[in-house]
Amino acid sequence: MLRKSLVLTAMLILQTFCWAVFAQGSGKSVWLSENELFQVSFESQLNPIVINQIHSWKLQVMTAEGKAVSDAVISVKGGMPEHNHGLATAPSIEASGDGNYLLQGLRFHMMGYWELELSITQGSISDTVIVTLDL
Amino acid sequence: MKLSISAGYFRFILTPGLLMAVGLCFWFVLAYKPPAAWTEAEKAIINSFSLARLPALPVDRSNAVSTDIRAAEMGHALFFDARLSVNQQISCATCHRPELRFTDGLDKARALGESRRNTPSIAGLSYSPWLYWDGRRDSLWSQALSPLEDPQEQGSNRMYIARFVTEDPEYGKQYQLLFGELPNFTDRSRFPNDAGPELKSEWFAAWQGMSEGDQDIVNRTFSNVGKVIAAYERLMVPGSSRFDEYAQALVEGDDERAEEILSNDEIKGLGLFIGDARCVECHNGPLFTNFEFHNTGIISYPGDLPDRGRVDGVREVRSDPFNCQGSYSELEPQQCLELIHAREGLELIGAMKTPSLRNLEGTAPYMHKGQIKTLAQTLDHYNEAPFAMIGHNEAEEISGMLSYELKQLEAFLLSLQAPIAVDERWLQAP
Repeated sequence: MLRKSLVLTAMLILQTFCWAVFAQGSGKSVWLSENELFQVSFESQLNPIVINQIHSWKLQVMTAEGKAVSDAVISVKGGMPEHNHGLATAPSIEASGDGNYLLQGLRFHMMGYWELELSITQGSISDTVIVTLDL
Repeated sequence: MKLSISAGYFRFILTPGLLMAVGLCFWFVLAYKPPAAWTEAEKAIINSFSLARLPALPVDRSNAVSTDIRAAEMGHALFFDARLSVNQQISCATCHRPELRFTDGLDKARALGESRRNTPSIAGLSYSPWLYWDGRRDSLWSQALSPLEDPQEQGSNRMYIARFVTEDPEYGKQYQLLFGELPNFTDRSRFPNDAGPELKSEWFAAWQGMSEGDQDIVNRTFSNVGKVIAAYERLMVPGSSRFDEYAQALVEGDDERAEEILSNDEIKGLGLFIGDARCVECHNGPLFTNFEFHNTGIISYPGDLPDRGRVDGVREVRSDPFNCQGSYSELEPQQCLELIHAREGLELIGAMKTPSLRNLEGTAPYMHKGQIKTLAQTLDHYNEAPFAMIGHNEAEEISGMLSYELKQLEAFLLSLQAPIAVDERWLQAP
């Protein structure tokens, strides 16, 4: 009984931790594309992400099975859907090998809910990942 | 008969009277009830505006003398030196008057002629990636060069400025200490009295008559003049206001002390500022600005066409030879992230840079051409949220403040008043 409740508590703590990382949006977390073709994880140069500072993210792109995708073409756009406006900057994405990509030139200029849309194309396959952030 | 008089009396006098009394009570309860306690989330937002959260003075890595105090001293003298102007009467301080928080109290700046826009303060601008209302310059130093040659402002030319600064005994000595060898401009066949690109025809012709190498020497000297002025301007940051003391007291958990610092109206204004009035969407961070470009439907200046703002500014900054990627910047082109990733597009039509809200008192009139004369009228503008004359008013959904709420917002904004946080000597001519 005691062991069971300990395990449950540990799981709860772990879950809370994961949620904290997930909700902050600045730690490493995995985002699945809309049609579940790709998964993307990212690591921000700024941790935590703060407003009004230009910075970059390291992206890792994998297939749904977890295989690195190195030859994708990725475009990025984003904004605050609640305010009907886009990003303050025009970020760019460059491949750096082994499924890694550098997303440069991000700057969030308002507090609130942001969406970042990554359109990933590998050969004839395309899918979109929407990363959400609450700043 | 008697009865009908009293019924009429009741209907026409007492009923409206009672209604008014109830209305007034309601009004007083709403307007004068004490502010509610902050939630932890609200406290975190309030703290994010505190000057204590302002990062250290930024170092402009495109300017090698950005942090050099000797450069700031020289820039201080140049900032107040009217000899840099064509008529020897106009200095940077003519429009950026320290006693008016580096503004001039005019709708549009007036120097040799009338300028296109309102004079912004320079306090806190070293934190901004963009200079001017439309962001047509990307550093303090490249901005400082522009008025020197603007025919409506100081009306001079880079050849004259480069020679004046390097041949003046005092400036020459300071320049040499900062930048090494002094350029030699004595040969008038190579370096005419006055020359500069895109200026009046004889100066432009003289410039075109110079070799590229000589133009480069003049440009470099001229850019160095901008860099020392920038080293001075960088020091100007707003000081700690009553609001900052309030935020500090909240951080320390001393709510009792906090309540003595701001009045109920100011606290409620702060609540609206971070809440329903949605001011924080653009006016955020310790300087109350995101230094971004927004169209907020400001009406045109009488007789002027609607101002295109950032949509033109972004093109201009990209073509400025003194920008971060140009030969006179200390950075490699790929290091200029703001410039590389500057946004373009239709969203920027009529968009102007968000100004700081610190020190609004004494810096009227407001907006890019001083179109709005008072703070109360500014708040009315945002409350009415009119359609933009060109482009799209991003703030058009922001409305619905009641008159007492607008007064509370104004009271809060005035709690951001504080002197510039430098020794008094920097605010006077040396």
